[in-house]
Amino acid sequence: MNTPALKDWPLWEVFVRSKQGLEHKHCGSLHAADAAQALHMARDVYTRRQEGVSIWVVPSASITASNPDDKGELFDPAADKIYRHPTFYEIPEEVGHM
Amino acid sequence: MYTQAMDIPDESGNPGGKKLSVVPPPQSEQEAAFEARIDADGRIEPQDWMPEAYRKTLVRQISQHAHSEIVGMLPEGNWISRAPSLKRKAILIAKVQDEGGHGLYLYSAAETLGTSRGDMIDGLHSGKAKYSSIFNYPTLNWADVGVIGWLVDGAAIMNQIPLCRCSYGPYARAMIRVCKEESFHQRQGYEALLVMMKGSEAQRRMVQDAVNRLWWKCLAMFGPPDADSPHSAQGMRWGIKRISNDELRQKFIDATVPQAKVLGVTLPDPDLKWNEERGHHDYGQIDWQEFWNTVEGNGPCNKERLATRVKAHKDGQWVRDAALAHAQKQRARADKEAA
Repeated sequence: MNTPALKDWPLWEVFVRSKQGLEHKHCGSLHAADAAQALHMARDVYTRRQEGVSIWVVPSASITASNPDDKGELFDPAADKIYRHPTFYEIPEEVGHM
Repeated sequence: MYTQAMDIPDESGNPGGKKLSVVPPPQSEQEAAFEARIDADGRIEPQDWMPEAYRKTLVRQISQHAHSEIVGMLPEGNWISRAPSLKRKAILIAKVQDEGGHGLYLYSAAETLGTSRGDMIDGLHSGKAKYSSIFNYPTLNWADVGVIGWLVDGAAIMNQIPLCRCSYGPYARAMIRVCKEESFHQRQGYEALLVMMKGSEAQRRMVQDAVNRLWWKCLAMFGPPDADSPHSAQGMRWGIKRISNDELRQKFIDATVPQAKVLGVTLPDPDLKWNEERGHHDYGQIDWQEFWNTVEGNGPCNKERLATRVKAHKDGQWVRDAALAHAQKQRARADKEAA
């Protein structure tokens, strides 16, 4: 095997659960040779101050993202469906909290 | 930690060192949408369309910033084995590790712009890319380590807080993470100096000597005066830069003067005095010739820093090779078992 450059280490996206009961949240990315190493590196790079109780690493190449050009098409149709929100409905005050 | 060099042209992000002109009127629908989002103080994300010059400016700035974090580990790293107590040693290791982490956050942010880690590292190691010139000065005694925390990190914090609002999302997010960690760096340095100032006369002299040597270099970290900053106007227009070099420098001086008083040191500038009318401190002339000379590679430690960096990278090659070989072997074994 030739000496591989650092660029041969694939990119991983890192997700950290900050505390039990909360979701894993994307916090950044890093290069690592494999998943086990990516986890080790994520621990050192992203959780030096107890920022997390659990880490996910995902190969960046495995993520499918929506295209920014499709933003209007994808998300605008929700804008006029205000009846999906509780504030759309008027309830008499004497009913109290609902 | 450390971004001075944001306005420093180099050969990595802007080949030929062409100066960026002030924004021309929007050319296309995409460009108009980009400009509108900038005007509305919105954020740009990696997948969004952006002008080539915006991308290049960010690649140059973020990679210079990342390189500064990485090279910034060296002057302090020299003192890990000579820290005066186990406590100070543990603190210093944590700080140097943070700097490495900051470099990694920033390299990742730059990579979202389409540049590769390998190319950025090549740029640093070949001397094409710049990094903060403050690290091209030696750390001669233990007080230098304290002064780096207090003043160098202090100056860096001034520079970095506005970058948390940078128009480019990944850079702004990396900076928020960096700034959260940076405050410990400044406070540990200042505290280490306070301890020395309560020690012997010789220790107090060491602190004053370190302040004398590093003060002017810290002021230069904010970059050339606004009038001589070729990229500043464009950077401000794009929301990459939020506060000018001179304004940040002034904020830093005003914040530092009372801290120096509490510490019991003087700042080596006979022209430094409070100006009632301006509501700021006046200060003397910075030696810009020395600054540019160091940026050009002729500072006292430029060669040593780069050589140390390149050697560390080369010496680590077998580790990177081994990790990759291991990963390949594991994958081959898993494939075989699956078959």
